[in-house]
Amino acid sequence: MDFRLPEEHETLRTEIRALLDRHVDDDVVEESHRTGTNHSAPLARALGEAGILARAMPGAGKDPLAMWLLSSEAEKAGAPFDSVGMSLVIAGVLDAVGTEHQKATALAGLLSGEELVCFGLTEPQGGSDLPAITTRATRVADGWVVSGAKMWTTMAHVADWVFLLARTESDAGRHGGFTVFIIPMDTPGITVDPIWTVSTERSNATFYDDVRVGDEAVVGEVDGGWAVMSLMLGFERGMASTGHLTPLLRRFRQWAVEAGVSADPLLRERMAQIAIDAQVSELLTQRTVWTAATGRPPGTEGSMAKVFATEAYQRHARWAQATAGPEGLLGLGEAGAAADGWIDYDVRHSIPMTLQGGTSEINRNNIAERHLGLPRAR
Amino acid sequence: MALDFALSEDQEAIADVFRAFLANECSVETVREAEPLGFAPVLWEKLRSMDATAMAAPAGEGGGEAPLAILAVVAEALGEAVAPTPLVEHWVATTAHPVAALVSGEQIATIAVRPSVDGVWSLVPAGAVAHWVVGVDDRELVAVRSVPPMEGPANHADAPLADRSARDGIDERVVLGPASAHMALLDRWRVLTASALVGIAQRALGIGVDYVMEREQFGRLIGSFQSIQHGLADLPGSIDGARFLAHKAAWAHDEGSTDGRGIVDMDEGVVTEFAPLAAMAFVQAADAAAVATDRVLHYHGGYGFSLEYDIQLYFRRARGWANILGDPARERLRLADLLWGRDEAVA
Repeated sequence: MDFRLPEEHETLRTEIRALLDRHVDDDVVEESHRTGTNHSAPLARALGEAGILARAMPGAGKDPLAMWLLSSEAEKAGAPFDSVGMSLVIAGVLDAVGTEHQKATALAGLLSGEELVCFGLTEPQGGSDLPAITTRATRVADGWVVSGAKMWTTMAHVADWVFLLARTESDAGRHGGFTVFIIPMDTPGITVDPIWTVSTERSNATFYDDVRVGDEAVVGEVDGGWAVMSLMLGFERGMASTGHLTPLLRRFRQWAVEAGVSADPLLRERMAQIAIDAQVSELLTQRTVWTAATGRPPGTEGSMAKVFATEAYQRHARWAQATAGPEGLLGLGEAGAAADGWIDYDVRHSIPMTLQGGTSEINRNNIAERHLGLPRAR
Repeated sequence: MALDFALSEDQEAIADVFRAFLANECSVETVREAEPLGFAPVLWEKLRSMDATAMAAPAGEGGGEAPLAILAVVAEALGEAVAPTPLVEHWVATTAHPVAALVSGEQIATIAVRPSVDGVWSLVPAGAVAHWVVGVDDRELVAVRSVPPMEGPANHADAPLADRSARDGIDERVVLGPASAHMALLDRWRVLTASALVGIAQRALGIGVDYVMEREQFGRLIGSFQSIQHGLADLPGSIDGARFLAHKAAWAHDEGSTDGRGIVDMDEGVVTEFAPLAAMAFVQAADAAAVATDRVLHYHGGYGFSLEYDIQLYFRRARGWANILGDPARERLRLADLLWGRDEAVA
């Protein structure tokens, strides 16, 4: 085994850090917290202009280490990066199975950092049980008519595109008869309603009322949406959202020093445990990335990294808040808030981590069935 | 060279050799027969005959001077077999004290992980069977030879623990260096014991998966119940995390990232220095082994605590091999010192 990053990636890390330093200041962070929109247009544009988004895009023969580095450095810096992270996943899908038209339009826009995409997957009745979705796309003479509703279309209010999963055939079995579309958000018939959340993030419900799109919106094969989804979930799982313990620990320790309690063995023991869990999270994530880089789909590796890292993040954020006492309850920007309110933020921010991108339960099913070889249990 | 989570060809080759050897020479019957002392003399002789006892000692003294990354894969195989043999302790001791009788394996060496108190090292791992004990006595690192008692107190893991004197009734005493030289030895022991604990955890998980795939209740395999599946699904991530930490520590050691030459930058979450990685590996592996053996024992139902089933062998050693070093909370406090220095209390 070797744990050294390649020289070119150390260079990339330096480049990413410099960009983050330049574009992420207190105002940018404050803005993203105030609006609940984890996006910074200047940062996204800068990453696009530097060619970093194109380099970090996931896919066969691509550079998974670059994607991990970008996510991990953004997480460490507390940068508003979710928007770009989501867009990169879809960029990877379009690069792999998109048409020339889609590459020239949506993909080019996403990689430039000028455009964003939201995920139109989950529905009120179908989250983890994705095949239960009911949004339909009906064939018409000049294309398709899409009708239905999607939940948790985070970024829909700022996105240029929606990556939408719809039923296109009713009797094709559980995983058959789905098609994925990439649709401009300004297409008539699409409406966006905000969903305000405890995590401080604004999400959205989106509604599709007889939305008419042409064949150019179809991603991959008609009725072949499940293959596209598998590709997408493979890109998404376990490569991001696993690096939050490092900033949590940095901020908590800074608070402990300022509060004069950093010599307390109760705190020191737990901080050491957080450091261990941060290292394990990083190693499991690096293994996922390495697996992808060797050309194998990192399905169960990603699940292991995600379950371990996100549950550790929740556990330790909640401990940090309890340990900081009442000051740990105060929000960002409040006078006297522990770690300037970041501890309260981390507790909130960690809540959806075990839900989005595959719940812990779905990931445990995945590990049990595909890594341990246990029978399908549902 | 760059990020690589596969074992090297050398590591694969040595792991294959030792797994095949242990499959033949260290069955679970061997483990049971070696109880309660926890030492199988025949197994030791066979390890000698394949030069395993010489692997860690310096090349100049006739040893193999194997990198820690190589020893770690063997230690993991020893853990998988819960092998009743003090090879890890012998390797660590012979890096510091490579006398001929030890390199050849004619005699056994061990390391006292705690300093002596009033000239006595208490509950030394392999203390019941080792001729030489390397440890700290009177602020010096010494090697002391005396007759192994070949018995010790009954203990949780059926491990060959025994008290050993650093001064009385001894045949030979050699000063190896200042007490500080013990730290590097102990870090090697931490990494190799972590690897052995990873082996325990990995095999326990395998035993668990096999069991839940043959045991039926309510007309179904218990392995089809989601509560059990999810309990088992937690284990591979924690075990792999421990394995990677042990390997990262070994890599840091073999690359020379010791004595402050590596990086400890907690603000960026970057650690490449050997000593903190060794501590992290030890704590994580002890936890992974404790949890894996606990869950799998539990999923055996009543059979899990009968002596007849093998999981109890793993459960007891998961604790016995780790707790030799003392309270893991203290190990975490020591890690905190390594990561952030010793903070002075602020008034």
